[in-house]
Amino acid sequence: MNIKFHIENLNFYFNKNKVLKEINLDIPSNKILGIIGPSSSGKTTFLRALNRMNDLESGSQMEGLILLDDKDIYQQDYDVVGLRKKVGMVFAMPVPLPMSIYENIVYGPRLSGINDRKRLDVLVEKSLTAAYLWDEVKDRLKTSAMRLSGGQQQRLCLARVLAMEPDVILLDEPCSGLDPISTSKIEDALAELKKEYTIILVTNNTKQAARVSDNTAFFLMGDLIEIGKTSQLFTAPNKTETSDYITGRFG
Amino acid sequence: MRIHPRYVQYGAVTILWGATVITLMILIFIIVFILEKGLPVLSLNFLTSNPEDLGRSGGIFPTLLGTVILPLLAIIIATPLGIFTSVYLTEYTKETKATKVIRFGTDCLAGIPSIIFGLFGYIFFVVTLGMGWSILSGGLTLAVMVLPRIIRTSEEAIKAVPKSYREVSFSLGATKWQTVKKVILPNALPGIVTGIMLSIGRSIGETAAVIFTAGSSLRIPSSLFDSTRTMAVHFYILAREGISAENAYGTAATLIIAVLMVNLSAYWLMNRFIAKRS
Repeated sequence: MNIKFHIENLNFYFNKNKVLKEINLDIPSNKILGIIGPSSSGKTTFLRALNRMNDLESGSQMEGLILLDDKDIYQQDYDVVGLRKKVGMVFAMPVPLPMSIYENIVYGPRLSGINDRKRLDVLVEKSLTAAYLWDEVKDRLKTSAMRLSGGQQQRLCLARVLAMEPDVILLDEPCSGLDPISTSKIEDALAELKKEYTIILVTNNTKQAARVSDNTAFFLMGDLIEIGKTSQLFTAPNKTETSDYITGRFG
Repeated sequence: MRIHPRYVQYGAVTILWGATVITLMILIFIIVFILEKGLPVLSLNFLTSNPEDLGRSGGIFPTLLGTVILPLLAIIIATPLGIFTSVYLTEYTKETKATKVIRFGTDCLAGIPSIIFGLFGYIFFVVTLGMGWSILSGGLTLAVMVLPRIIRTSEEAIKAVPKSYREVSFSLGATKWQTVKKVILPNALPGIVTGIMLSIGRSIGETAAVIFTAGSSLRIPSSLFDSTRTMAVHFYILAREGISAENAYGTAATLIIAVLMVNLSAYWLMNRFIAKRS
């Protein structure tokens, strides 16, 4: 089993508030890690620590060690822009950029200097297909992405990440605003994608974690309470907090 | 006694409607008044011939030229400076005391009467830098005058671009500059253009700052170092010195039509740009 992310004694602060406490965790490649927990448990902060999106917030401060492929991503001279190309992210709210569907997909590749039209065309078809969106939009790639429905927009965001050909995909409650049909399309896409990518999925929907993830981690108030194989965590959790949460006693 | 909300609603609508109508009436009155007096004078010949006898007769061709060149020069200088400054202030600095002081300073600068800018331009560009009364001095002075407004309107437009667009761009591996270039500026463009349009309008109509720096020569300029006269200055001199009320109104009518045309074409371009993206 290959380790993609190795996280050691991770503490995270926003304006001196400790939002992540002593997190230790290994994330294996080509698997889906589901992260569950009630709101303000630190799930999103943890996710955004992995591609250093937290850096954009003022007053954020990180302690500890995060290794991606054995390299410390918080080291002084680490290439943050390169990190974000390697570790793509889908946000909770679908945010298409106000440009055409095509331009949205090639935004990342263009930044990396890919300008060859044929190569871009191939990337667009490949990533839209992988995100289960190609058939719905193939005839209107030049129209604005703002005209897509919410569910389509979120799949577009997934396709946009895939077009960067990253190693890891972070998803921050990607289905929170979507209907069940759009949700199942995204889940189907994820199940396919884990063959090529390492996927980390933060979700408020415990059933979703149970359905799609291989491993599940449970966060509560900034602590990592428990992590294990999904089948084991949902049937025989080790901690009472975990069983209380997944049986719906709180959160 | 309590008035029924329905009647309060009627009252509110009437007041809002009345205010709008009064505003529109004032605008229409001014335009009609000027056009009524000016249109009889207007002709192709009036626009394309040189003034004779200080403007008592003849046309306004050189002032038409001056009215195009001076604001154009001012905008060419002020736009990049203003946009780059506003990008720096909004995207590359954290909100601190220093940025607040800079913002307060630009607000103050925007409120300074134009004649002060004229005096500054005269002392600095005309005399100290030895540019003389020239298109260059006038253009630079107008640029300094409109710069604060371009900075402030651009800043507001940039701030109005959703934060989520920035996040998405960064998460797709964009550098800050790539994000500014590909996401922030295109989305802030309508607001930035509005600021530029207002600035063009202000430069076209400016007299005080122009007389002090570009002079009021009626000759057709042959270089940036020649003096020139704008339509606004021409109108001012014709009316102030009682040279020709008729030609003054002809000039004013041309000025109003020019400003309307600039604004209309800007709105048209803008709408096309927005329609393309949404």
